[in-house]
This record gives sequence, C-alpha cells and structure tokens, in this order.
Amino acid sequence: MSTLEQMYQQVILDHAKHPVGRGLVDLPSADQGHLAGESHQVNPTCGDEVTLRVDVTPEGSVAGVSWEGQGCSISQASVSVMTTLVEGAPLAEVARLDRLFHDLMSSRGKGLGDDDAEDALGDATAFTGVSQYPARIKCALLGWAALKDSLARSGALATS
Amino acid sequence: MTTTATVRPGDTAPGAASAVGLSTTELAAVRADFPLLERTVRGGQPLVYLDSAATSQKPQVVLDTEVDFYEQRNAAVHRGAHQLAEEATEAFEQARAAVAAFVGADEGEIVWQPGATAAINVVAYAFSNASLGRGGEAAVRFRLAPGDEIVVTEAEHHANLVPWQELCARTGAVLRWIPVTDDGRLDLADLDRIVTERTKVLAFGHVSNVTGAVAPVATLVAAARRVGALTVLDACQSVPNMPVDFHELGVDFAAFSGHKMLGPTGVGALYGRRELLEAMPPTVTGGSMVEVVTMESTTYAPPPQRFEAGTQMVAQTVGMGCAAQYLGELGMAGVAQHETELAAEMLKIADIPGVRVIGPLDTADRLAVVSFVVDGVHAHDVGQVLDDKGIAVRVGHHCAQPLHRRFGVAATARASASVYTTVEEVVAFREALAGVRAFFGAE
Repeated sequence: MSTLEQMYQQVILDHAKHPVGRGLVDLPSADQGHLAGESHQVNPTCGDEVTLRVDVTPEGSVAGVSWEGQGCSISQASVSVMTTLVEGAPLAEVARLDRLFHDLMSSRGKGLGDDDAEDALGDATAFTGVSQYPARIKCALLGWAALKDSLARSGALATS
Repeated sequence: MTTTATVRPGDTAPGAASAVGLSTTELAAVRADFPLLERTVRGGQPLVYLDSAATSQKPQVVLDTEVDFYEQRNAAVHRGAHQLAEEATEAFEQARAAVAAFVGADEGEIVWQPGATAAINVVAYAFSNASLGRGGEAAVRFRLAPGDEIVVTEAEHHANLVPWQELCARTGAVLRWIPVTDDGRLDLADLDRIVTERTKVLAFGHVSNVTGAVAPVATLVAAARRVGALTVLDACQSVPNMPVDFHELGVDFAAFSGHKMLGPTGVGALYGRRELLEAMPPTVTGGSMVEVVTMESTTYAPPPQRFEAGTQMVAQTVGMGCAAQYLGELGMAGVAQHETELAAEMLKIADIPGVRVIGPLDTADRLAVVSFVVDGVHAHDVGQVLDDKGIAVRVGHHCAQPLHRRFGVAATARASASVYTTVEEVVAFREALAGVRAFFGAE
C-alpha cells in the first residue's frame, strides 16, 4: 500500500462520505440533570471548521455528540469516527481515548504498538497513516479539540 | 534570449505583443541554475514545483552572492571607516540600484524592508503618525480624519487589507472596497461611486495571488488622481513575472518581496515617489535613521534611510539585488510571455470534469496563477494526491479569505509558475489532477 493509500484508508473515505453525527441536535435542557456544551474550532491555515455539541448524562457519560463542519476528508472523517467512539463512554474513557489518539498522531506512522490501546481506538487507528504527514495531523485533531472544549464548557469535567 | 516585444505594463496584457517566451534551450539553461529543482520527492519522483506564487526557488548565483557577502564583505553598512564597511555599504547600495532599475524607480525611491507586508505597514503607520500631527505641515497629505475613506479591493491579500482596516480603526477613516466579478476581475462599474473626494488612499494588488488577474492599473491610478488620493500597489505577484515600471504605472507607493522574485527571504522593498517619501513621517524609529539626537528631540535622515531603522539585513538585500539582475538579464518581456504560455496550459484543467477555476479563463491580463476547486473533494485532499505524485501546489485560502468567501468556497488549490516552470510540468499536473476525483470516489 502506498503512503497515500495508508493515509486515505477505506474506512476514512467511507466516514468522510457518510459521516456519523453530522447535523446539530438541540442541546438538552439543564433541568434533566444533563450537562451540555458547544465548541467551534477552526484550522486557520486551511479554513476547516467544526461546531460540536456534547450532551453529558448526570452519571458522567457522553449521551450524544452532534456536529456540523466543513473541511477535508481527514478532518470530517475524524470527527465522525470520534463520534462513534465516545457516544455512551464515561468521561474517564473519553479522556483516555483523547490521549491515545494524540499519541497515535505523534507516532509518525508507526502506530501505538499496544494492542489494548489500538483495540480501544478501533476505527480511529485508520488515521495512523495521517501521522506521517505533519501538515495533516491538525486536520485529524480538529474534532477532538472541539470535543474537549465542549466538555470543558459544559462543566462536566469539573464535576467528574 | 529574444526579447523583441515591448510589453507595456498597466492595462496591457503581459506578453500580449508577439513576444517569444523561453526557448527549450533557454529554459533548460534556466532550470540548471536552480539546484533545488534537481531534487526528488515522495519516493524518488522528480519535483514538480507549482507553488512559486507562495515563494520562488533561488538560482545558484543568488545563493553564491549571499555566501560571498558573508565570506568577503560582511560589515555594518553606513557606519565605520574601515574597508569592509565601505565594501559592505557599496554592495548594499548597488543592490538598491539594481532593484530600482529593475522596477523603474530611482535609487532613492527604494526603501529596504523585511518584506512586502512590512513595507505596506510602513505606509499605513505613516498615515497614522501624520494623523497625530507627526511630520508637520509637510505630511499633510498623510493626515486622515473621521469620514475620510480608504479604498481597497475584495481581491486583496490580507497583507494589503488588514493594515488598512487597522489604520481605519486608529483614525476613524472608513474602509470601502471595489468588488470582484464572477470571473475574478475587479468590477469597475461603480468605481466613480467608490473612489470619491473622500478617498485618501487607494490600495490594490497588481496581480491577484488567487485569480492571477492583472488589475487595470492605469484606470485605477486615474481614478485616484482625479480625487487626489494616494495609490499603494501590492506588486508581489507582478514584479517576479512581468515587466513592471513604477514610474510608468504612475503609482505613489508599491511593495514587493524578495523571496517571490528568486531572492532570499527576509527582505523586500517599498517604492515611494521621492517627494512623498520626503514628506512622510517615519514609523519604525531608532538607530541609523536619524540626523541629530538630543535628549529632548531628534531630527530624521532623508529617505530612504529614514525608513531603515536598525541594522539592516544586508546579505539578503545583496541577494535580492542579484535576483533582480538575474531576471533583468533574462528579460521580463520573455518571462511574461512564458507565463502566458503556461497559463494557457494550466487553464486546460477547466476541461476536467468536476474542476472549476476561480478566476479568468482567458489568458488576457492574467498570469500563470490558477486557483481551482474540485467538486466533492476538499482542496487539502486534492493537494495531498498531487503531492503523492511529486507535484507541489498550495492549498487553503492563500491569505485571501474575503475573496474565497466571495466565491463561496473555504479553500482552493492553486498552481503557480515561475521562470523555471515547464509545459511538461503543467501537463503532469493536469494528468494527476484528472485522477483525483476517482481516487476519492466522487461521482
């Protein structure tokens, strides 16, 4: 497989074409005990952007993620894959996945070399090839930055 | 090389006359001057460098000139009585003369700056300072008051937009702009209603770094003169690629950078008509730009030194002077004709299904800077697939977000040429581009 094909794995192309979670959903009202946050992130070098909303249960799990965005296939597919990974996950697990994905993006194409970690990342390991292209790592991280920021804005990180 | 045609700058197409571009032999000789073009990329493929509008590659002679300066002449300029100081000063001033001759200016009208962005900011801040009373009565032409207007265009690079927005914010002046037509040219239909008695500055790009369109300089200069406004020309894309004569164009100020015209980074130039530079208050102040300094006050050196505070980037200026000479010897009429031929080859991408060019589709009054979008594929992804074939293009908004917004796109990919670009390279680019949509399965 060429490095280009390693970068644009089929799973990435599929998510870019049929993204999960796209289309912003109204945030739940506070009286249900849920916490909610929204974040808008931009990659100023290329104009990629994503607006992401997160809904957190009173028990501290991600109840739902919805987003709207425009950008390259890497940035859009990455938000989509992330959405599938974090929905239903407790915040501690979300934090772990965020850390693992950042480690993966720093791996220069080598991957994490840790089966448990790669199992946890699931489809997101398809982005290993992206980490060979320094200019594109930011694209893959855009959605993760939006999730982290929206969680911070929701107040859920302070209480968990 | 044959440079029989007289290509007049301004409203005339670059190379519109029957100029001969570069022959195959000449082009091969030019390419041999650029060591970087010999390298391979992405697994041993030849480099196809189509990003010269962002920065050009450098001929060996420019690199050698810089090294030679450091090895033989390095010293502070315009001070010191030793031989090295003399030689360094001479090299510095000879470079100024070379650049001045290259762009149709007098030596005293070329001010060294770290780049074109800095050069435009010098003018913008001079207006600011004059508006605060600096420069006295001599600087009255640079004074702005609330209600005065500054006119730019919707096609500007951020470097010729943001400094004017900031100047408006500081002075209460109002920013207005000339819109862009659907084919990427300046829309002059309402020019007389946009450039009025209230206009104090008309700032515009000579050649758009996105659409490649050449602005109708003569028309714009005439409009500015009718109302007594000063013109500021962003000449970054024109100076490297077509004959430019600032006296003939009649602009009041112009800015251009060294690194886009085969010269080093870290150096550019501000052109100003002599009488205006003499009247203009300084912006960056400190050493080297003064006459008499007391604890109470300071008088300033005449231009260009008044605008060259601090130790200058002498090696880069010498490199930029060498680049100007290199291009001058090549002959800019022929270079412009070469650009026109390459633009015609590039514009054939419009025939590829799903490819849309942002900018004029004809080669009249345009250079070989072609921005485009591919239906269903983001510009970054387009750039990545081309890069996989060793083809370097720019992707993004090219520091022109308002222009991209005008065309309803967040990002484009852009191919751009320079003197060393070949038709074969453009053909390779077209062929690779034709395969992009299939790679992403775009319908």
